[in-house]
Amino acid sequence: MEITVKLNGRSVSALIEPDLLLIDFLRAQGCLSVKRGCETANCGLCTVLMDDVPVLSCSVLAARAHGHSITTLEGLQTEAADFVGFIADQGAEQCGFCNPGFVMNTIALLRENPDPTDDEIRAYLAGNLCRCSGYEGQLRGIRNYLNSRKG
Amino acid sequence: MEKQYQNVNHAVRKKDAMQLLLGKGVFVDDLAPRDALTVKLLRSPHANAIVESINAEIAKKVPGVVDVFTWEDVPQTRFAIAGQTYPEPSPYDRLILDRHVRYVGDPVAIIAAENEKAALKAMKLIRVKYQVLPAVLDYHTAKDNEILVHDEADWELLLPVGGDNRRNLVSVDEMGHGDVEAVMADCDVVIDRTYHTKACQQAMMETFRTCTQLDRYGRLHVISSTQIVFHVRRILSRALGIPKSRIRVEKPRIGGGFGAKQTAVCEVYPAFVTVKTGRPAKLIFTREECQTAGSPRHEMELRVRLGADRDGHIRALDMTVLSNTGAYGEHGSATVGLTREKTAPLYTGGLEAHRWRSEVVYTNLQPAGAYRGFGATQGIFAVESAVNELAEQLGIDPTVIREKNMVREGMQMPAYYDNMANACALDRCMSHCREMFGWEQRYPVRDMGNGKVRAAGVAMAMQGSCIPDIDMASATVKLSDDGTYNLIHGAADMGTGSDTILSQIAAECMGCSVEDVAVFSADTDVSPYDSGSYASSTTYVTGKAVVKACGELKEKICAVGAKMLSCPVEETEFVGSGVRHTVTGKEVSIADISYHAQCGNTVAVQATASHTSPVSPPPYMVGMAEIELDRETGHVTVLDYMAVVDCGLPINPALARAQAEGGIVQGIGMALYEDVNYNAAGRPIESSLMQYKIPTRLDMGTLRVEFEHSCEPTGPYGAKSVGEIVINTPGPAIAHAIYRATGVWHRELPILPEHIALAKVEE
Repeated sequence: MEITVKLNGRSVSALIEPDLLLIDFLRAQGCLSVKRGCETANCGLCTVLMDDVPVLSCSVLAARAHGHSITTLEGLQTEAADFVGFIADQGAEQCGFCNPGFVMNTIALLRENPDPTDDEIRAYLAGNLCRCSGYEGQLRGIRNYLNSRKG
Repeated sequence: MEKQYQNVNHAVRKKDAMQLLLGKGVFVDDLAPRDALTVKLLRSPHANAIVESINAEIAKKVPGVVDVFTWEDVPQTRFAIAGQTYPEPSPYDRLILDRHVRYVGDPVAIIAAENEKAALKAMKLIRVKYQVLPAVLDYHTAKDNEILVHDEADWELLLPVGGDNRRNLVSVDEMGHGDVEAVMADCDVVIDRTYHTKACQQAMMETFRTCTQLDRYGRLHVISSTQIVFHVRRILSRALGIPKSRIRVEKPRIGGGFGAKQTAVCEVYPAFVTVKTGRPAKLIFTREECQTAGSPRHEMELRVRLGADRDGHIRALDMTVLSNTGAYGEHGSATVGLTREKTAPLYTGGLEAHRWRSEVVYTNLQPAGAYRGFGATQGIFAVESAVNELAEQLGIDPTVIREKNMVREGMQMPAYYDNMANACALDRCMSHCREMFGWEQRYPVRDMGNGKVRAAGVAMAMQGSCIPDIDMASATVKLSDDGTYNLIHGAADMGTGSDTILSQIAAECMGCSVEDVAVFSADTDVSPYDSGSYASSTTYVTGKAVVKACGELKEKICAVGAKMLSCPVEETEFVGSGVRHTVTGKEVSIADISYHAQCGNTVAVQATASHTSPVSPPPYMVGMAEIELDRETGHVTVLDYMAVVDCGLPINPALARAQAEGGIVQGIGMALYEDVNYNAAGRPIESSLMQYKIPTRLDMGTLRVEFEHSCEPTGPYGAKSVGEIVINTPGPAIAHAIYRATGVWHRELPILPEHIALAKVEE
């Protein structure tokens, strides 16, 4: 079947198998930031934005994206660059494999709630697993970023 | 006043930070050739069986399937996949595919197809007839069981570690000092307890994966998510029966290792496919494969006898350890050794004698391997729990009993090969942690009046900083043509930031900025030899190789500078920005030297140095946990976890803190959430992250980590290790807090709410 997706602002049409998952479609389109960590919708690594709402691309059929807008980290490089430096300053990126999903979901959080409390951050990002950092450095990084925005 | 440095002991950003955070394609699956064959493994559904017949003819007809390989197609030379220096202490007990399958998940056939769909379809069409055999599923009954996990005649052990495949034994060992029974008989109190830890999974976010292809010379080029490029080359050479000169192994960025990738879990399969077909191939383990056919922690049962005086002087320690290596023997003898080596020395201040006996047995369960902590984690859970039990029994504050007995700087450690504790801030870690945590206020149990109680627990830990006289590393430092440097090494940054840490060390040596050091690792064709990143060795051993290489490079740069200054080399000194003539004060810049070195010059402005260490200086740590426990449901909430770490001088304090925080949360997972069970047929139950619950950011409370510096004279700029020790304290500290809250000691991890709710208070 053929689908047309607005991928990172650009219209993309492709012939796909009906059972193709969005994550595999996106990686085939060269969006290598999209990572698979679990196959059971537990890790959050494959998070992308569908019509600006975070979804797990491992749990969405590519066909479902037909006619929708999909944003991956490739499409948010400038917006992400603003804040990821604060994560880097904590060394909390560590292995980096979970970073894209974490960054995407953090961007979604801050669009929804520009001034979250620590508990709101933990709750929103609870589905984004990280095995390296212990999460505390990620929280410090987000907090420092928010403080820097307040001047 | 501690010495101030320009580059080390600074929280420099990781050199790969922005590439990782912006999601660039730097991992194996991002780099695999687009036309790589998908490799899938058909795995045994039985814990112990012989493949009587296997028919892949129909499977091979599936469109897109390139080939299916069975035990009849592979070389018949046994090998080990443990990443250890040759000759390895792990038995050579594997074939690429064996007719005898020994655990649920043991590979039966290798499928190579143009795409995943075809490979999975073919997998369903392979017809296998198994002769199902009874299995050894209880490791208590493994030794001298009539069922042999490895009955093959060509089972081989290169080192005398006491293994005997006719008895299901991988190793048997015994060590100690002093007369344990005599001291024990003279003690006022003897604690005798048995503890149990399970086969926890590293659960790194990037599963095992490898891609392979033939390079422009027709050699096998392996790109793998591995901590051990050189060991993988050696293992593949033996397994595939091709010379090492025909193999190149490199690692890109690694999505977490934690020891899992110190074993060549997946490399042989795609490599075999590429050798057989000539085509690029890749194998990406699913999470289920990672959970059920990976390389988890060795399950252990540890009996601890602790003898002490009434006033809390710990005089004797006797340990008996049974370790379950599963179906293959990787790292079995090595891991169990750390249950002694990283526990008894902690109590050097008190111990008059200790004894340790161990057995490592085969079972028909998932083979175990290396996981951060590597046996120390299991040993420390047991010994630190026993010390807490002793303290509670004697009514002595558990931090005080430790201060009476702990190892202190300047002590000689009989349980640690008589090494001197040259750098040891364990006493300062304890007092610092006690103050930061507010131990006096939080140690007493507080009833919150709503069915919940708050309580605290404590534990100490140590680890090593390498395997002494075995682990080795090399580094090459080159002067580049604008006065900057290239650092090339063979250690594996698996997210820890070791590439950056080693660059900081190089920059400190060369008197330049970290930005002026371009780092590369690891590639067997390019990197000088390194045994790999494990055993907490990279900062300590590879870091020292960098220091040595920089020293040699400075001499060569001075030789070029002397020519330019027209003076004897003895009258020059390296000053970072260039080379100075000590008599006239005249200086030539490092950039000018680098260009000069490229024209009519015979001095190679690069140096390679190797390093190994006869000692493995321990880092030390104290961890304290405060929990809130619901007496009705048994639910435990970790409120705060505080720790103070002595890793010598932290080369990069931000990265050392990230290691500590990450390790603590893994330890919390092991203590409270990460369960491992098998069904009656030996099939692992927790086969996904839905069932195997690693902590989320809602499950770990608030962390606070601080450092107490010591200066290790044999380490680079006083550094010791930090990567592994950090997982060791949460198990015993949280078990202790749960005892404080409930009056019940839980001697098995994880401690689940139902265990707490259903437990009866002991008399």
